[in-house]
Amino acid sequence: MSEQGIGASVRRTEDQRFLTGRATYTDDINRPGQKYAYILRSPLPHARIKSLDVSAAQAAPGVVAVFTGADMVADGVGGLPCGWLVHSEDGSPMVEPPHMPLVTDRVRHVGDQVAVVIADSYFAARDAAELIEPDYEELDSVASLGAALADGAPLVWDEAPGNRSFHWGLGDKAATEAAFSSAHHVARLELVNQRLVANAMEPRCYLAEYEPASQQYTLYTTSQNPHVIRLLMGAYVLAIPEHKLRVVAPDVGGGFGSKIYHYAEEAIVTWASRKLSLPVKWTAERTESFVSDAQGRDHVSHAELALDKDGQFLGLRVSTQANLGAYLSTFGSCVPTYLYGTLMAGVYRTPAIYVDVQGVFSNTVPVDAYRGAGRPEASYLLERLVDHAARDLGMDPVELRQRNLIPADAFPYQTPVALEYDNGNYQATLAAALEQADYAGFEARREAAKARGMLRGIGVSCYIEGCGIAPSQVAGALGARAGLFEVGTVRVNPTGSVTVLTGSHSHGQGHETTLAQLVVEALGVPLESVEVVHGDTAQIPFGMGTYGSRSLAVGGVALQHALNKVVDKSRKIAAHLLEAAADDVEFKDGNFVVAGTDRSLGFGDVALAAYVPHNYPHEELEPGLEETAFYDPKNFTFPAGCHICEVEIDPETGVTQVVDYTVVDDFGRVINPMIVEGQVHGGLAQGIGQALLERCVYDEEGQLITGSYVDYCMPRADDLPSFNVSTEKTLCTHNILGVKGCGEAGTIGSPPTVINAVINALSPLGVTDMAMPATPERVWQAIRAATRH
Amino acid sequence: MSVEINLKVNGEAVSATVEPRTLLVDFLRRHLQLTGTHVGCDTSQCGACVIHFNGASAKSCTLLAAQADGAEITTVEGLAADGNLHPMQEAFREHHGLQCGFCTPGMLMSALDLVQRDADPDEATVRHWLEGNICRCTGYQNIVTSIQAGARAMAKEGS
Repeated sequence: MSEQGIGASVRRTEDQRFLTGRATYTDDINRPGQKYAYILRSPLPHARIKSLDVSAAQAAPGVVAVFTGADMVADGVGGLPCGWLVHSEDGSPMVEPPHMPLVTDRVRHVGDQVAVVIADSYFAARDAAELIEPDYEELDSVASLGAALADGAPLVWDEAPGNRSFHWGLGDKAATEAAFSSAHHVARLELVNQRLVANAMEPRCYLAEYEPASQQYTLYTTSQNPHVIRLLMGAYVLAIPEHKLRVVAPDVGGGFGSKIYHYAEEAIVTWASRKLSLPVKWTAERTESFVSDAQGRDHVSHAELALDKDGQFLGLRVSTQANLGAYLSTFGSCVPTYLYGTLMAGVYRTPAIYVDVQGVFSNTVPVDAYRGAGRPEASYLLERLVDHAARDLGMDPVELRQRNLIPADAFPYQTPVALEYDNGNYQATLAAALEQADYAGFEARREAAKARGMLRGIGVSCYIEGCGIAPSQVAGALGARAGLFEVGTVRVNPTGSVTVLTGSHSHGQGHETTLAQLVVEALGVPLESVEVVHGDTAQIPFGMGTYGSRSLAVGGVALQHALNKVVDKSRKIAAHLLEAAADDVEFKDGNFVVAGTDRSLGFGDVALAAYVPHNYPHEELEPGLEETAFYDPKNFTFPAGCHICEVEIDPETGVTQVVDYTVVDDFGRVINPMIVEGQVHGGLAQGIGQALLERCVYDEEGQLITGSYVDYCMPRADDLPSFNVSTEKTLCTHNILGVKGCGEAGTIGSPPTVINAVINALSPLGVTDMAMPATPERVWQAIRAATRH
Repeated sequence: MSVEINLKVNGEAVSATVEPRTLLVDFLRRHLQLTGTHVGCDTSQCGACVIHFNGASAKSCTLLAAQADGAEITTVEGLAADGNLHPMQEAFREHHGLQCGFCTPGMLMSALDLVQRDADPDEATVRHWLEGNICRCTGYQNIVTSIQAGARAMAKEGS
């Protein structure tokens, strides 16, 4: 292992600009003559707009223009597309209502976009927006799944009876029924996976600039996937040909899924910049983020696990209601279906599984992928259910898991829910975690805590996730409306430095370092000679962006293929210069050597020869040294691992503290262990946040109660412990790096682990269930209820 | 209506005329182009906007620019001297105390105020001190490690 190559904890090259305040986030960019947009949003969850008079706002000081949905429709603007077509069990396509950037007749959630004011300053725009007084006719509304699915519930969309977009199913229903009919025991659980808000620290921001002379648009955007935004907005919403639309996602302050989607405000500022031939900027206030950033989770599920007398899993039956919000967001339909139902096997050899999911509209902010996206919901359900079954059977939950794990020699393993796991060793991660957490010694710690008046509990879960979100052919067959490959270009400059262009996008993950390490390893150049460029459609050939833990597993592998092409071509150039056969030329530590001789040539010399091709194999090769690879994986990747959590609960207050947290992950090959650990830490914080703190709450009508950081409980430093994180390794078998991805794992494994620990702590009192978030109040109530009788 | 203010920012005298309602953070970002100080919320909760106001950490989203008349302000841009990272910045780099970087300037400025008050803070002290700084990326562990290491490095350098 070189000091800067694969496997080294290289310190991040991007840190210098972030640490010195020299980063460039979208809101840091300003263009000459720039105007400011303020979006007037609906204060009501559901209403018809009887009239919308904007004349007073138009006449206000500093106002350049006021636009409404009617203006956009008159201009031929289209709706925001949904990227995934899901079909119901009966074969019918999902109900897919239009999603206009500015509404035309009805508002459907608090925060829906009603009008945009564009003015000389932010204050002028905001002041003028207060002069718009829409005449609303309030309509009945639904916020919760229960209300939306009730008989006679008010309809969010007239075309969606029962507020259902789809009723999807996956698995062998008959085989599952048969498994249940022969079961020795059936464990049953009702579970709520509460709604969350992603809350990347940088609020969304868009700056669009239209050049009338060249008819060129530039959009600076807080996006995880600028090429996807160019495709969706250009092709579906604003009819801008791609060669006239440049989308730049500069430094982006966190995403966690919430910055994947094409948002209304992107289209609004881009369209307005053309109408006005002026740059237009919009920056969300945090309060706006809470009512306009796509939110996460929001499932209600009924789950049943059938077991035989030895505790072998026979069948799993899951019925889930998934709140989609008022509109279908970009991936809103695929998250609760293909990213959820397909993970229901977990790490277990359950032979028969059937899952059905109802996608439900409500008068709330749209729901889409949030870190983990469907897989945390699957993991939570399955790992809570396994613990529940163990409790039913009086078994140790670890032993029940061990009896049902897919054996390490069973790969590739076809699950009953469509996925084929290529490789793994679930026994190894579980065993390592048990040892590191000293599972065997837990009872002594419980006793010691008891002596201090504290209730101590331990929770275990084994997670698996499907990452990469590809291959395209499979995704397409399942309803994806886009390809899911990735692109990498290696541009070797004449003096031997290297510019990498990647379609992945870093918004905190450290790609500029990790991807550069691949270059160091492949070409033997120092890290300082590598520049990684991302986030600009004008510079990068194409890209699908970063989500689903795909940057390394798809983007990194694409880059590796491009690097291999560079090495192949370089070897041929070197062979020519060394007057040897290419097959006899070895490439090692940055030098081309004729095997068995001392004749060699540095990589830099070869690069120079490619650009100054005086002595060059022109018949065989083109000059220059730049290679691009488009990589479409053969399968998803399957990171997996084991989490163990210990909590202590103060029975007087109900306060739960995570006192010990151990994770053993299998991410395949690890490029930068420091960065990988950091990704796991962050994922754990979000998962523990869901388990103990976070909850997005609407009242019955659909007014958002948790609309700021005062009301929505974000994890803070003193809510969390330090984590004990390590890795075991089985290589991914279908990509050339053997990598699997690590970005979401912490968030996927931790919620059930923490709740299992809380229930374990309270189990001596007879408590068998706990909802997320396990707030002090909920825990205290559970203790009170259990000890009252 | 406007007010005139005179203050020092990162050691340099600054005079400006601003609307009375201009927040200090907007003044720093828009008037002075010191965009290292960030706005992450509108309720004074997140701490992305923390600067030093007459030597102590303060949330610049909660101050009017007019209140800074006569004050000495230090922002993250004022930390690295002659292109060399401050020991606290260096500690964040060494211990991977940042990911997306958006909360980082506020974290650094808060951390430096803590070290003024406690030259060798333990983990619990650091975690409690960061109550007013939200990070969504790191899970805080590496930030805490960075701050403790930064404090030790500062003690060593006598800075």
